[in-house]
Amino acid sequence: MLEIAARQTQLEQAFSKLIGLVLTVLVFALLVAAAFWLAERTSEKIQRYVKYLIFLTPALIFLFIGLIGPAFRTLYLSFRDARGENFVGWENYQWAFTQPEILEVLKNTGIWMVVAPLASTGFGLTIAVLTDRMRRPGLVKSLIFMPMAISFVGAGIIWKFVYQFQPNDRVAEIGLLSQIAEWLGFVPTNWILTSPLNTFLLIIVFVWIQTGFAMVVLSAAIKAIPDEILEASMLDGASGWKRFSKVTVPMIRGTIIVVLSTITIGALKVFDIIRTMTGGNFKTSVIANEMYNQSFRALNYGTGSALAIILFIGILPLVIYNVIHLRRERAER
Amino acid sequence: MKILKRNKARDIETVKTHLSSPWASFAAILLATLWTIPTFGLFVTSFRPSTGINTSGWWTTITKPEFTLENYSRVLFEGRGATPPLSQYFLNTFAIVVPSTIIPITIAIFAAYAIAWFDFKGRNFIFFSIFALQVIPLQMSLIPLLQLFSGGLHIGSVTVIPSFGITGTFIPIWLAHTMFGLPLAIFLLHNFIAQLPRELIEAARVDGADYFKLFRQIVLPLSIPAIASFAIFQFLWVWNDLLVALTFGGGKREIAPLMVRLAEMTGTRGGDWELLTAGAFVSILVPVAVFFALQRYFVRGLLAGSVKG
Repeated sequence: MLEIAARQTQLEQAFSKLIGLVLTVLVFALLVAAAFWLAERTSEKIQRYVKYLIFLTPALIFLFIGLIGPAFRTLYLSFRDARGENFVGWENYQWAFTQPEILEVLKNTGIWMVVAPLASTGFGLTIAVLTDRMRRPGLVKSLIFMPMAISFVGAGIIWKFVYQFQPNDRVAEIGLLSQIAEWLGFVPTNWILTSPLNTFLLIIVFVWIQTGFAMVVLSAAIKAIPDEILEASMLDGASGWKRFSKVTVPMIRGTIIVVLSTITIGALKVFDIIRTMTGGNFKTSVIANEMYNQSFRALNYGTGSALAIILFIGILPLVIYNVIHLRRERAER
Repeated sequence: MKILKRNKARDIETVKTHLSSPWASFAAILLATLWTIPTFGLFVTSFRPSTGINTSGWWTTITKPEFTLENYSRVLFEGRGATPPLSQYFLNTFAIVVPSTIIPITIAIFAAYAIAWFDFKGRNFIFFSIFALQVIPLQMSLIPLLQLFSGGLHIGSVTVIPSFGITGTFIPIWLAHTMFGLPLAIFLLHNFIAQLPRELIEAARVDGADYFKLFRQIVLPLSIPAIASFAIFQFLWVWNDLLVALTFGGGKREIAPLMVRLAEMTGTRGGDWELLTAGAFVSILVPVAVFFALQRYFVRGLLAGSVKG
């Protein structure tokens, strides 16, 4: 009986959620339609102003409330105490750069920043070059690319299962990594608890996802290399490796750097993988995870904001580089 | 023009055949297999009975196949105490994704159109400011935005924005996704809309179409490919998001999406592999299906420089 009742309330809840969803979308659509209907009926003189009101202001308001305002507020909060009540000067930043645990976090973030982009781009470039010569690269590319559609949480579970360790000797290993280690004659350990190995195991998950991105972008860049150049190098008798290192790579250098910096930005902000796989324990925490812990676990808005600002400063030069590159590329076109 | 392209395609084909080597193909296939094994392992495991999962590796099913659908029915439809079954979270994800995709795209296409085709001072300034906003990691907005949603905005004793009491509903999550998605959306859509032929726009203006009609009748229909491209991004991003839902969901089970629940399950019930694998696969299924169906648009968007900050 109880179960049936529970099912019923669940169904009711589901139903009310669906109704709410449909209503929300309808109301939104009606608002937009009404705004258009009204605006189209005003005189041309009024329209001159109304068009800005309808087309431009909503976006500006959202951006201001959601990003610009909060960014300044976070900067402000980073100089104040846990509840934002008193000014504390540089204390939060001093804390970030002196606490051993946070130094550990910064070190891990540094490892992520270096290893993850290099590995992703390396794999991506390799696969892009290999498939560039293939007759039917479709399936291979799709398989490599597929993890991009998988969430970091889902990927975390997939790989946690790969890293699963069986402490009981009499029971067979169920994690692929442990089994492979056993086949190769090693004694498996509890991988995910072993520092600093575990940080690299988490990076593998990220690389597994980002390689697809690197491959697609680099593959397009390789395709854009004029055939004449490749043919010329072939006629000159350049070997496969020489052609790759002397022609392909220099030709797509700009793209490689953009891919590297884009993935570095992603690595700096990684949160979900850490949260799902270790929760930031066993010395695997990174800055984005620690920022969340400080703000919403320890409820210290001061230190949380300071970490957010440090993250921002880390990202800034990379984004600026990407922007400049993009503008230059656009100007060339 | 077309013939030229076709010739070029044939040239590329010949160069390729010259260069193609069986070893390269073999290596590529090997890597692709390697890349797929972890997902495949999860997939196989999600169909195994729990005793099997915990006593033998999934690769042993080649010799001893034993499969069941029970994991899926359990994880999807059986709750535990106060915890509803995964189907409820699935619904929540759906309820979050749809508005969080529609609203930012609508607002973004409006703004992109205004910036591309309205003549006003400061147009370039606004465009580059919006572009530059991609610098701001969403971590920088979390705390202030959360405070705003729960307490409103006050300057001194004057209430500038009331709190509306929206905490604990889907609304903060929708709004947050809208705000965080806008810079990229405007940037991408602007690039597309700005490239529409000027003659087309001007001809319509001469015909007496005002800026609203022009948008409805010409700009919007022509922008559908770009909209599709961005819609896929935003959809995947919102579906797969954990941080925004975790922060703005306020820990309420009634509105928590799949990802929040899955992350929670891995933490508290890390050993229940039969439920975790089935649950993870359920969460993966929709985005992967969308991705395969619309891969072309996805790749196009990716190459247009759409990497979300």
